[in-house]
Amino acid sequence: MTADYFQSYSVVGLLAVVGVLFVAVAFGAGRLLRPVVPTPEKLLTYECGVDPVGEGWAHTQVRYYVYAFLYVIFAVDSIFLFPWATVFAAPGFGGATLVEMFIFLGFLAVGLLYAWKKGVLEWT
Amino acid sequence: MSDTLDVVLRLLAVFVVFLVLPLVIGQTEHKVMAHMQGRLGPMYAGGFHGWAQLVADGVKFAQKEDIVPAGADRRVFQLAPAVALLPYLLVLVAIPVGPGNEVGQAVDAGIFFVLAVMGVGVLGSLMAGWASANKFSLLGGLRTAAQLMAYELPMVLAAASVAMAAGTVSLPGIVDAFHWWWVPWQLVGAVVFFVAGLAELQRPPFDMPVADSEIIFGAYTEYTGLRFALFLLSEYAGIVVLCGLTTVLFLGGWHGPFGADGLGWVWTLLKAAVLAFVVIWLRVTYPRLREDQLQKLAWTVLIPLALAQIALTGVVKVVTQ
Repeated sequence: MTADYFQSYSVVGLLAVVGVLFVAVAFGAGRLLRPVVPTPEKLLTYECGVDPVGEGWAHTQVRYYVYAFLYVIFAVDSIFLFPWATVFAAPGFGGATLVEMFIFLGFLAVGLLYAWKKGVLEWT
Repeated sequence: MSDTLDVVLRLLAVFVVFLVLPLVIGQTEHKVMAHMQGRLGPMYAGGFHGWAQLVADGVKFAQKEDIVPAGADRRVFQLAPAVALLPYLLVLVAIPVGPGNEVGQAVDAGIFFVLAVMGVGVLGSLMAGWASANKFSLLGGLRTAAQLMAYELPMVLAAASVAMAAGTVSLPGIVDAFHWWWVPWQLVGAVVFFVAGLAELQRPPFDMPVADSEIIFGAYTEYTGLRFALFLLSEYAGIVVLCGLTTVLFLGGWHGPFGADGLGWVWTLLKAAVLAFVVIWLRVTYPRLREDQLQKLAWTVLIPLALAQIALTGVVKVVTQ
């Protein structure tokens, strides 16, 4: 069982190595094939064709941090669905797990409704 | 010894699929889009209906000068395409195409592995957007991140619904447990999964992060040559992965309709191809969603629908037990 486990993931790891090699070879070969003629104008960042104004890392308003919070909360919750999903219909569980499921969904739904009520999900 | 050979052959097959199928989809997209818009598309490269157009594009990309802007964060900028591309290669190994052992490598927690690794791909766009030192790229990168956060959740929930129906998180196990009535039963989940997957790939109509008329090309604005080509390849590899996963999770993989299972992996390919056609079709049909509409669709439509699907799956599963 453990041997199987390690075997399957080591094959995946091997494929990752193949992928890294592929990218390395592609980049290396590309270096040999392409011309290198940099000029100061070429190395400017592109901004609608005029010279860029100010810095590239400009201040931006990160409006999305609330969604980041929402996402983290919901995603961590929903991860727990997977182990539960494999056993919830097994004999002996039945009704009890179903009630649990509705409690769980209730939590998520209330969270979503709360965010909605707070105006987080309104944009106009 | 034969074990080693077996693994090498499997990895080789996965790698070839990873390089060929995205090109096939790209060429199909050229042609299908052209015909839907009443034109011919590429006709000259290679002679027969321009079949070699993408090969020609590849040659062009390979010999283009590679420019890293002077102000950019050099290392991160150069690595970003690889980070965007490789997760799709890894996901491909876990997608079963046929019954029995016809899978690159069966992973126990397949559905979990696949969702986790697919999420990494977006990091590439984020790195590109940040490292370019370009305002438009930065905007594109932030939009990418927001989009991932909005759409990853419905995707995970829809996948969880299938795992509940099958009682396993292994991908071959899910296809083994499939019955035809799962299609209507899991229909809502399937639509949610597919739409959320499209949004994660930033395919039209969810291509706000790369909206060319607004922020040039988002996170990829500063890229040229091979690195740009890798970003494009990752988009098409993403389509392959999304269509393959939707097929395996919701459409019964290698099971044919009316018990016609004889064709095996051909069914998987056929279903995935039809889905890929739908992906292209949607691109031609729908205008781009605005950023707030994007967020709204995910949080107020897809997530409630996915939760409803989970409730439905749970009730039906326990009642029919």
